[in-house]
Amino acid sequence: MMKPYLTIILLVLGTLLFKLAQASETSIKLQQAHIYPSDKASLQRGAKLFMNYCSGCHSLQYMRYQRIAEDLGINEKLLKENLIFSAAKPGDPVESALLSTDAKNWFGVVPPDLTLIAKIRGVNWLYTFLHGFYQDENRPWGTNNILFPEVAMPHVLAPLQGIQTYSPLKPEQPQPILQLKQPGLLTAREYDQAINDLVNFLAYTAAPEKLKRQYLGMGVLLFLAIFAILTYLLKREYWKKINQRSL
Amino acid sequence: MSTHKIDEQRRKFLVTATTVVGGVGVLAASLPFATSLLPSAKAEAAAAPVEVDLSHLQPGQMLTVEWQGKPVWIIYRTKAMIEGLHKHENELRDPESRVDQQPEYAHNEHRSINPDYLVLIGICTHLGCSPKYVPTVHELGSNWPGGFYCPCHGSTFDLAGRVFKGVPAPINLAVPPYTFLAEKRILIGTDWNPGQGTRDG
Amino acid sequence: MANKLVNWFKQRFPIEKTYQENLTRYYLPKNFNFWYLLGSLALVMLGLQLFTGIFLSMYYTPTAKEAFASVEFIMRDVNYGWLIRYLHSTGASFFFIVIYLHMFRSLLYGSHKRPRELVWLLGMLLYLVLLAEAFMGYLLPWGQMSYWGAQVITSLFSAIPVIGPKLTLWMRGDYMVADATLHRFFALHIIAVPLIMIFLVRLHIKALHYVGANNPLGIDITINSKDNQTIPFHPYYTLKDLWGLAIFLLIFTLIVFFAPEFGGYFLEPTNFIPADPLQTPAHIAPIWYMTPFYAMLRAVPDKLWGVMTMAAAIAILFVLPWLDRSPVRSIRYRGWMSKMALFIFSLSFLGLGYLGLTEVTPWRTLLARVFTMGYFAFFLLMPFYTALEKSKPLPERIA
Repeated sequence: MMKPYLTIILLVLGTLLFKLAQASETSIKLQQAHIYPSDKASLQRGAKLFMNYCSGCHSLQYMRYQRIAEDLGINEKLLKENLIFSAAKPGDPVESALLSTDAKNWFGVVPPDLTLIAKIRGVNWLYTFLHGFYQDENRPWGTNNILFPEVAMPHVLAPLQGIQTYSPLKPEQPQPILQLKQPGLLTAREYDQAINDLVNFLAYTAAPEKLKRQYLGMGVLLFLAIFAILTYLLKREYWKKINQRSL
Repeated sequence: MSTHKIDEQRRKFLVTATTVVGGVGVLAASLPFATSLLPSAKAEAAAAPVEVDLSHLQPGQMLTVEWQGKPVWIIYRTKAMIEGLHKHENELRDPESRVDQQPEYAHNEHRSINPDYLVLIGICTHLGCSPKYVPTVHELGSNWPGGFYCPCHGSTFDLAGRVFKGVPAPINLAVPPYTFLAEKRILIGTDWNPGQGTRDG
Repeated sequence: MANKLVNWFKQRFPIEKTYQENLTRYYLPKNFNFWYLLGSLALVMLGLQLFTGIFLSMYYTPTAKEAFASVEFIMRDVNYGWLIRYLHSTGASFFFIVIYLHMFRSLLYGSHKRPRELVWLLGMLLYLVLLAEAFMGYLLPWGQMSYWGAQVITSLFSAIPVIGPKLTLWMRGDYMVADATLHRFFALHIIAVPLIMIFLVRLHIKALHYVGANNPLGIDITINSKDNQTIPFHPYYTLKDLWGLAIFLLIFTLIVFFAPEFGGYFLEPTNFIPADPLQTPAHIAPIWYMTPFYAMLRAVPDKLWGVMTMAAAIAILFVLPWLDRSPVRSIRYRGWMSKMALFIFSLSFLGLGYLGLTEVTPWRTLLARVFTMGYFAFFLLMPFYTALEKSKPLPERIA
């Protein structure tokens, strides 16, 4: 009576229930980032943005410059000109020049390393976060963030995005509204693209082996499919003798 | 009841095919594990060539840098030191550097690309201690032509890193691969590129 | 030539005997189905974890300061390090999937009943040891979940009266989970516990071979006979298991290469944050294969009784052979009460597993309590419903 099928149904149901458990707990609806691990141009733009705007405070301590250059298709000369701003060698990890003592004094907290941030927070969270800064006079740096209230980080990308203001929630407004008060160097669409590139890059640093892994995976699956067919034929061949007898 | 006739041919074929494919699979699966034992990116980064700026090095002075975890010495030899190199050849175990302890371009009397600069791996060829630089004549006796003295078991080497007779060390000090990037800049860890930097002599 | 070499060995070592006893003359019922694949699969998983674990320990550093970084170093700097790591982490989860299904087979077909009680007991010991191994292994990456999960679980022992706090201190080797804890968990995880597991597996298989295997019909059959009910393990089940392995590996490698984190259930997001003894994460939950017991722990409002309930949930599994009073083994021939009880048990176990992954709410606590009762009812009422119910008549032969 308890056929394997019933068990499998139970397992599937179980898995579906697990998935329900993943429902987002934040009340802010997250915007969608689009991750393209194979879009090298996007990754390069993201790397450039990171080094220019983020590496002042945030390290990528588990990534080496060399590795980023290899994976993103950047030669050593371009690497040194565009991405390395310190005395670091290509084989060195991406460290920030910010001292933790200074960080504690200026921000109250040490800016976290961002190598794995895409796995910790998720790409949609990061995308929404970088869109979510708004003007707030009560904060030490003059800005706040709808996704991360009272964040210690200033709005580093303000020159690009511009300055937003926050309209408080009204009963008919399910989500807070941020309006652009002062434009930045980029249009809204350009900023979206830039942030997508940056988040794409951070998704890469969290899993730099992804493309190779998937490529290798396809080969392995193909091999195993062939192997499975062979083993089935072999099993069936020997079992003919057994099944025949039970006539 | 009919008995099943065993198709030996088919069985043999399938067993062989499965074994071969399976074997290939096992071999292929072992590759990542074997490869993982090769030097990691971390080891490669640490083993990367080291650039050294020689502009502040005075004649007669020695500079030590680390390359692949080993001490590398760069000595700015004086004219007197260079001239003195051929004066004590009968005291040396291997004056012509026959044993392969140096790259091709350092296979000469001064054991270097440019006679002014001597580059050596500072590890005694006896049991691995790091010898002391003893350039001055008379420090180790009136006949001491200058060179290196290893405090562990007393081995001595001249100012071209060649080993003296009668000491425990068997062969000359090793010369690492290196090249000149400019007149006063060398890169340790890569072979000499004559197109770059100064030529010898 | 090769024959001579083989003969040399045969004269000095019982090769032929071992080969025949365990392979070519080890007879098994010919009606094995999917549920009988899992034992050999479990052995494969054990081998995989041992093999990948050895390579990981070549690069892993078991200190509080370096552990987290050493894992990321393996993922990025070591050639194919990411593959070895993902095989090991996915392997751990799949090991538990296989084991839970393997245990469930016994519930289905009564493989725990006489004369196989010892096989069951050894298996239960193995399950306990596996839980410990997984728990200690989980501390090694030294992420936030590693650290705080270990902190919570070692704290559980302090609930034991009188010796509790001292016991926890002794386990940790420090006042909080610290370097000392990491070091000893590493030593136990890579050497002591694997050795124990290998030893227990050998006993488990030996005990099984001694009494012979059960079958989906649950009937006793004379083994080793020519009466067309049994077949030799080799080549029939070696080949069938090989095919089963190929299919299993297809599913396994699909996850390893395309979804190694499995939505955050195999590798949890919080564990990508390095351990911070000064900051507890918002939700601490054990990994999915321990959540059923965790849900039970949370469902009980008292610290000591919560721990006791959790312990009892595992302990009661040990005495299953003596609770089961059914005259038949297989669920196919048991009465409706056994079938319903098994269904309720499965639902409860899965439900508890799900609840253990989520945050506490009043509704969920109620549900967890209901499921806990469902879980225990399966066992505690078993002596009654298995004795009382009417079972179906058994077939005399397999075929």
